[in-house]
Amino acid sequence: MTRVLMEGSEAMAKAAIAAGCRFFSGYPMTPFTETLEYFGKHLPDVGGVSINAESELEAIGMAWGALATGARAATGSTGQGLALMQESLSEITRAELPLVYFNMARGQGDYYQATRGGGHGDYRNIVLAPIDVNEAVELTQLAFYLADLWRNPVQIYGDYLLAHTNETVEISTMEFPPLPPKDWAVDGSLGGTGKSRNINPIGMSKLKHEIEPEAFWRRLHVKHKEIEQAEARYEEEFLEGAEMLVVAFGTVARFVRYVVREMRSEGIAVGYIRPITLWPFPYEAISNAAQNTQKVAVLEQNGGQMIDDVRLAVLGSAPVVALGGFSSDEAGFGIGPIHGTDNIRDRIEHGLAGQEVMP
Amino acid sequence: MSSGSDILQTDAPPSQPAEKLCAFKPDLLLSEDHHLCPGCGEPIAVRMMLEAIKELECSRRAVGVIGIGCYTALTGIIDTDLVQALHGRAPSVATGTKRMLPNGLVYTLQGDGDMVNEGLQEVIHSAARGENITCILLNNGVFGETGGHMTASTVVGQRTKNTIDGRDAKEHGQPILISEMLAQLSGTAYVARCGVFNASQTVHTKRILRKAFQTQLDGKGFSFVEILTMCPTGWFVPVPEGPDYLENVLGSVHKLGELKCE
Ligand SMILES: Cc1ncc(C[n+]2csc(CCOP(=O)(O)OP(=O)(O)O)c2C)c(N)n1
Ligand code: SF4
Ligand SMILES: [Mg+2]
Repeated sequence: MTRVLMEGSEAMAKAAIAAGCRFFSGYPMTPFTETLEYFGKHLPDVGGVSINAESELEAIGMAWGALATGARAATGSTGQGLALMQESLSEITRAELPLVYFNMARGQGDYYQATRGGGHGDYRNIVLAPIDVNEAVELTQLAFYLADLWRNPVQIYGDYLLAHTNETVEISTMEFPPLPPKDWAVDGSLGGTGKSRNINPIGMSKLKHEIEPEAFWRRLHVKHKEIEQAEARYEEEFLEGAEMLVVAFGTVARFVRYVVREMRSEGIAVGYIRPITLWPFPYEAISNAAQNTQKVAVLEQNGGQMIDDVRLAVLGSAPVVALGGFSSDEAGFGIGPIHGTDNIRDRIEHGLAGQEVMP
Repeated sequence: MSSGSDILQTDAPPSQPAEKLCAFKPDLLLSEDHHLCPGCGEPIAVRMMLEAIKELECSRRAVGVIGIGCYTALTGIIDTDLVQALHGRAPSVATGTKRMLPNGLVYTLQGDGDMVNEGLQEVIHSAARGENITCILLNNGVFGETGGHMTASTVVGQRTKNTIDGRDAKEHGQPILISEMLAQLSGTAYVARCGVFNASQTVHTKRILRKAFQTQLDGKGFSFVEILTMCPTGWFVPVPEGPDYLENVLGSVHKLGELKCE
């Protein structure tokens, strides 16, 4: 395998195809568009299908139909488009279909949308937030595995910077433990046998007139608790002896990690921890780390969203300070001074001096 | 319009017990038990659909994508593979299913509220794309499931819960004639409207369904069947008057016929 220079959005789409994705549907929106274009160009080469859906509502419906046949299928968009998809996201979760969806966001202001969602009812989607293109290639493949393993949607939270950064990557199919057969998938073959299938998000099944809502919700709840236990992922550096711990995610964390390394080499006692899964959030890791530090800082590119989860993790054992804020280019695509080491260093120094930063 | 005295007394037992005249159950029906109202046209239409699938020997390759309305309750007894879609979204779901299952016979089952209100863009886009699926509309001119409210296909003058004095074009606008609209799109290969208000039309409905499915099996593109169905409950008419009401009130605007056959 050779390493090639590729743009993030293309590398992620290529990784998805390497992971066996054979269906994609989407509707253009910056910075998601290049992902869509790559699938449109390259899925047919491997016998896959890519559809230019007429809207995001239809894009996710198409992916739903493809998933129902047992195929690995994906869709995606940017905040607004994903807002339109919320009804489907919550119901696909209840239909227990393994959707993978790309959230190529305009910055980090969609943390709530990603981790809480705007769909109805009790539901949870796994959210993976890569720090760079190489990790995005791995997490994209992991996303398809986790989606199948848990029969639950998985989001990949990227952004403009990730989409348009070129990195050298090696994209080959990753190995994962074996998965159970998709015996739930429809192919029409059981029609008339009395055992035909019904892929159903509202708990209806054949020969039953009642949906037993409580049992249905409870079963999903138990699954989501299991995912919380099993799948929280994070990265940490310099926790030992850190006076202040900085929590950051996604592409912003790349700059934070760099600055923390730099400050440590100068003998400044800061540490770093990065949730790789935004859901399940690594509460336990942050809770443990908070026991041995004087304060916990949150550096995110928004008005303060992940800080809620950090507070829930820390539960008062250390003060939690906000160092993040709005930072964007003039077009609103979410590339701003916060994607720079000077800006990040300044924020961290404010934190060390006991000052919050206004978003 | 019926007067109050014509309304069936449902609190008293019927004067004579119901008698089963025929016990023929289609193979693709798991049970004859259903929870839809007496006089409802939807089970009749669904029965015709299942018989058509069976007659075309497609029982082992049919996948239905179901909308949300009273007919959703029939998913418990339809013995083909099914995917339950959101309200309005079945044509897109069927698109994804068909693309990954080209040899499947993929159909949607939707009501007028589901298709002509909530998901209008879905059916139009799928038709324009020439998607090789069959969309089946059960048109009763109301949201039966919510209790008989006006839809985008309710005809002028029709009483519904929110047009209690009849749909008034000035206030509520005009109905959409969806079959006529879809027939104009070059992506559609077959478009027909039929109704289940009497025995001959019911048999004819099955013939039309077979033609639509055959269109898909021949790979000709989008096929569409609109079936007018009785909803005495949602129309506030006595059950025995349902078929006549359907034929004369809805049928005079949503006119029966084959609009396109390529
Ligand atoms: C997004 C959404 N909005 C509203 C509803 C409530 N709802 C359920 S069925 C229905 C109307 C169904 O009408 P139709 O498709 O004509 O079927 P019918 O009941 O007449 O058979 C509505 C509005 C819903 N389920 N989902
Ligand atoms: S409300 Fe109308 S459509 Fe619904 S079951 Fe009753 S008669 Fe049928
Ligand atoms: Mg209706």
